[in-house]
Amino acid sequence: MNKVKLIIDGKTAEVPENTTLLKAAKTIGIDIPTLCFFELKDMNIENRPGGCRICVVEVKGRRNLAPACNTLVAEGMEVYTHNIRVLNARRTVLELILSDHPAECLTCAKSGSCELQSMAQQLGVRELPYQGEQSKYRKDTSPAIIRDIDKCIMCRRCEMMCNDVQTVGALSAVNRGFMAVVAPAFEMNLEKSPCTYCGQCVSVCPTGALTEVDHSGNVINSLAEPAKTVVVQTAPAVRAALGEEFGLAPGTLVTGKMVAALRRLGFDYVFDTDFAADLTIMEEGAELLDRLTRYLKGDKDVKLPILTSCCPSWVNFFEHYFPEMRDIPSTAKSPQQMFGPIAKEYFGKKLGIDRRNMIVVSIMPCLAKKYECQRDEFKVDGDPDVNYSLSTRELAQLIKQANIDFNSLPEENFDNPLGESTGAAVLFGNTGGVIEAACRTAYELYTGKKLENVVFEELRGMEKIRHATIDFNGIPINIGIAHGLGNARKLLEDIQEGKSQFHAIEIMACPGGCIGGGGQPYHHGRSEILKQRAAAIYREDAAKSIRKSHENPFIIELYNEFLDKPLGKKSHHFLHTHYFDKSAGAFIDE
Amino acid sequence: MTSQIRIALRNCGIIDPEQIEDYIARDGYIALAKVLTELSPETTIDIIKKSGLRGRGGGGFSTGLKWEITRKVQAAQKYVVCNADEGDPGAFMDRSILEGDPHSVLEAMAINGYCTGGSKGLVYIRAEYPLAVERLKIAIKQAKEYGFLGENILGAGFNFDIEIRFGAGAFVCGEETALIHSMEGLRGEPTVKPPFPSEEGYLRKPTNVNNVETYANIPVILNKGWEWFSSIGTEKSKGTKVFALAGKINKVGLIEIPMGTTLREVIYEIGGGIQNGKEFKAAQTGGPSGGCLTKRHLDIPIDYDNLIAAGSMMGSGGLIVMDEDDCMVSIAKFYLKFTVEESCGKCSPCRIGNKRLLELLEKIVQGNGTMEDLDKLRNLSTVIKDTSLCGLGQSSPNPVLSTIENFYDEYSEHINKKKCRSGVCKALMQYLIIPDNCIGCTLCARNCPVNAITGERKQAHLIDQEKCIKCGACMEKCKFNAIIIN
Amino acid sequence: MAKVKLSEKKLDELKEVCKSFNNDKGELINVLHKAQSIFGYLPAELQEIIAKELHTSAAHVYGVVTFYSFFTMTPNGQHPISICLGTACYVRGAEKVLEEFKRTLNIQVGETTPDGKFSLSCLRCVGACGLAPVVLVGEKVYGRVSPDGVKDIVAEYNN
Repeated sequence: MNKVKLIIDGKTAEVPENTTLLKAAKTIGIDIPTLCFFELKDMNIENRPGGCRICVVEVKGRRNLAPACNTLVAEGMEVYTHNIRVLNARRTVLELILSDHPAECLTCAKSGSCELQSMAQQLGVRELPYQGEQSKYRKDTSPAIIRDIDKCIMCRRCEMMCNDVQTVGALSAVNRGFMAVVAPAFEMNLEKSPCTYCGQCVSVCPTGALTEVDHSGNVINSLAEPAKTVVVQTAPAVRAALGEEFGLAPGTLVTGKMVAALRRLGFDYVFDTDFAADLTIMEEGAELLDRLTRYLKGDKDVKLPILTSCCPSWVNFFEHYFPEMRDIPSTAKSPQQMFGPIAKEYFGKKLGIDRRNMIVVSIMPCLAKKYECQRDEFKVDGDPDVNYSLSTRELAQLIKQANIDFNSLPEENFDNPLGESTGAAVLFGNTGGVIEAACRTAYELYTGKKLENVVFEELRGMEKIRHATIDFNGIPINIGIAHGLGNARKLLEDIQEGKSQFHAIEIMACPGGCIGGGGQPYHHGRSEILKQRAAAIYREDAAKSIRKSHENPFIIELYNEFLDKPLGKKSHHFLHTHYFDKSAGAFIDE
Repeated sequence: MTSQIRIALRNCGIIDPEQIEDYIARDGYIALAKVLTELSPETTIDIIKKSGLRGRGGGGFSTGLKWEITRKVQAAQKYVVCNADEGDPGAFMDRSILEGDPHSVLEAMAINGYCTGGSKGLVYIRAEYPLAVERLKIAIKQAKEYGFLGENILGAGFNFDIEIRFGAGAFVCGEETALIHSMEGLRGEPTVKPPFPSEEGYLRKPTNVNNVETYANIPVILNKGWEWFSSIGTEKSKGTKVFALAGKINKVGLIEIPMGTTLREVIYEIGGGIQNGKEFKAAQTGGPSGGCLTKRHLDIPIDYDNLIAAGSMMGSGGLIVMDEDDCMVSIAKFYLKFTVEESCGKCSPCRIGNKRLLELLEKIVQGNGTMEDLDKLRNLSTVIKDTSLCGLGQSSPNPVLSTIENFYDEYSEHINKKKCRSGVCKALMQYLIIPDNCIGCTLCARNCPVNAITGERKQAHLIDQEKCIKCGACMEKCKFNAIIIN
Repeated sequence: MAKVKLSEKKLDELKEVCKSFNNDKGELINVLHKAQSIFGYLPAELQEIIAKELHTSAAHVYGVVTFYSFFTMTPNGQHPISICLGTACYVRGAEKVLEEFKRTLNIQVGETTPDGKFSLSCLRCVGACGLAPVVLVGEKVYGRVSPDGVKDIVAEYNN
């Protein structure tokens, strides 16, 4: 590629053509501030509408200032990023944005992680000379996400995520001019829209316009009730990211400290969703083997490929968009929802605790889990199997609130029996992880042979859509993997058109899988953070002595004592579910 | 009128726009035939370049150069677009051309297609112009029947077809990238240029966008030659410009004048002077993107560059004349209100900045302004112009800046003396009763809707200024001229 | 939001329209124009159906509908009254005429009278600046309207 030389603030930069001024400036140590610009490098996720105008710079010879995020370099260009004209313009534009933003920083959920707040600080804004009417909208609370769009600055990141990346189409820019904002159709509640609660809008929102529904208050209250036994389960991806909230380097594994913190918070039992993940593999793996065996025997009615069903946002997605295919995904519940009935109906009963006196809390990297645990089919006489689902961020908040110095905590172990897990289970946090875990078990159960190398490199990576063929003793098993719902849609459409010949497909709604979930610490577009979290997950797996789900001794015990066998009667009752057609619009009755 | 030259309007009102034969009888489609049979695209573009024709939609970019850029981009499919989304309040030139002479636009679009390599034409027209749409449809049908559109036009192996696309009431869609998004079924939000539509436009293909009046000039230039065309006008602005003359002037309507005509000639010769013998105060050109010209601009030759130098712009051709009864602060407010309603909301300076400008102006006309507000207006205007994403925001503060520049006294009166000399700003008005004229008939008091007038019968009455809503009912009813506006 | 029962016959007509545009979402604005001329306005239910037909999201359709002032989600009155607020009409007192209409009909711009008879809207230059200020009732143009004349115009349609 041809190189282009240009001068930025008197320094020479030499960059490939088609580079933006923003990136060219970075190569010589000039960090032009941005607000609406957002990217997740290597994932093809980019938002640069050129709308906020914070990144404007002066390009010699041009009449107006140019947005650095959207202006390409040219040979001999002379650029000024902080002369008086630029500084005045940038400050005035920020003052304007702030003049239409509620000054609620003290009580805003985003305070401390808000990019608008940091920008005001960075530019040293101390007063707002231009004040006037502020746009006012209705606050909208859904089961997982709160939209407080008085705080929307029209960066359009959420719109880009919802439409271009996830292809969900729940959000769009609506109205125009001063009243323009991002909202669902007819400005109705998000709950009525086809939103899947993937939470990617929340994870990229620069301000407090989109945040999660906070259940930490309910959890604090439950912990304070002596009559309640409060059980907590933690998802695999949480341990790979929680440390970031306490200043630890991305990718630091904090499993032991997290367990210690939960214990200090007062949870009666600190268990692991990983245990339930092993259980999921038993059920889902059995289902895969069952369908596969029947298929190979020539059964024409068998539905293949089997699709994973651990990701609640993905479940919402196919219920909304591919309801006619809802008999294809595995009927196995997600690990969170398998854990609930096992805790309440097996573990609780063993201890003689009535299910209404047991509160199950989950710590999830996810916002859709908040919705999932509220689904009617996951309740017994109105009592949810999982009472509250907190995000990684909410857990960090709880820990800080409880005066716990996280970094000096000792490493502690999960309680038993629902705290024991294998390396396979922790893989659930990464894209490709569920299917890798399933392969470890399915291979041994199908072939009857010991799997020597448990690592399936071909299933790993960050490619949007991946294909791999695993050799099951001479039988090639075709695996498909997609992360991000837009990529999932592509795979599904291929299946519908008969283009793909997969036996099993893993789908995760979030880029990178759960490690990039909507409830994780904000990554502010730094994709290396996602990669470091993914690496941590693989390290946790490698460090485990048991790395196959079916070898988890407590899982074996659970089947012996309670469940009998995978896909058995009890398993069906407690561990499997069914799906609904949610394709009708809010107004169309069909 | 002797000082007008009709090029773009040459056929308007003369031919039956629904009869292609009428158009042909007046040299219609001769330019297309000549181009297809005798001239190469390069030669044709060269003629347009040499003619000095500049875009009549407002920006004033060289038309020939634009065609050349589109031509040079390599692509299998290119589009030719006619921008007929005339949105300036007070401008209706494009509508008149499309209603009166639709074939001139079709012919020019076909010529453009031949020159740039486009085989598909799209007319983006306001849905509020049903008659223009109807005539355009008839014209397209007739042109196809005559073989001026369609396959293998005039046997020259050139294919070109035209479709109509409808605007839906968004001023910003006059901006070419916004227009293109609108044609794609999207919100009409502009995108950052470059890439220009000539490089990447409709459906991401090279797209040449010109406005109606620009196209209407093309066949004439090719028929009469660039030398003829460029002999009209000023050094850098050639040919004529159509204006919609309106406001406080005796003769309103469309005029087509050579570039370089002075404002004085337009107002006093063509327009017949100011209505009711009042005094000329200002002429607004360029609509919400333009500014106000004043007495001291009366003798400036009107062309692209002079108007910009005077703080206004050509725009699409609205020319509104104002007299002593017009308040210039209110005029600025009128335009800002328009811009605020029409801003697409994509970029912050336009979305929020224009709203703040409007609020500051509102504050001033309410009598609550300060001199500091004037500084704020200036700085904000400068920043909005400098940082906005598209032409709408980049020019929306012009009415403010130009009225501050030319009518500073009026602003300062509103602020310091709480006075509106034109009597437009209600909040600054005071209805007063002249005791000497008042005979105490009580008619005014009985007609006051808010009972703000008190006084004994046969005694001079008094208006309570706190209560008065300045409706003017009392003054209307008073038979003795005892009520005045201060 | 209250549900509105849409006529089946009109819906069939709309679906035909969508088909004639190849159910292409790029033709959304053309489809909306046709839909509005069939139904008179674009209620939410209708937008959802259009979204389905054109394989796009209801949010996108709504985003487009709310961007363009030509599209309306409320039905017009029997006699839609539009006041031109172009510059020529403005300088000749159109705002006062508008105020008078608001007062006489007791509705705001964008609203319809409770009896469904009149609705009020503003226009940008209808190209009749010579007649400024201009008012349209349906297709009929009234020129040089003064606030005093408003009563008479309304009366014309009230019988």
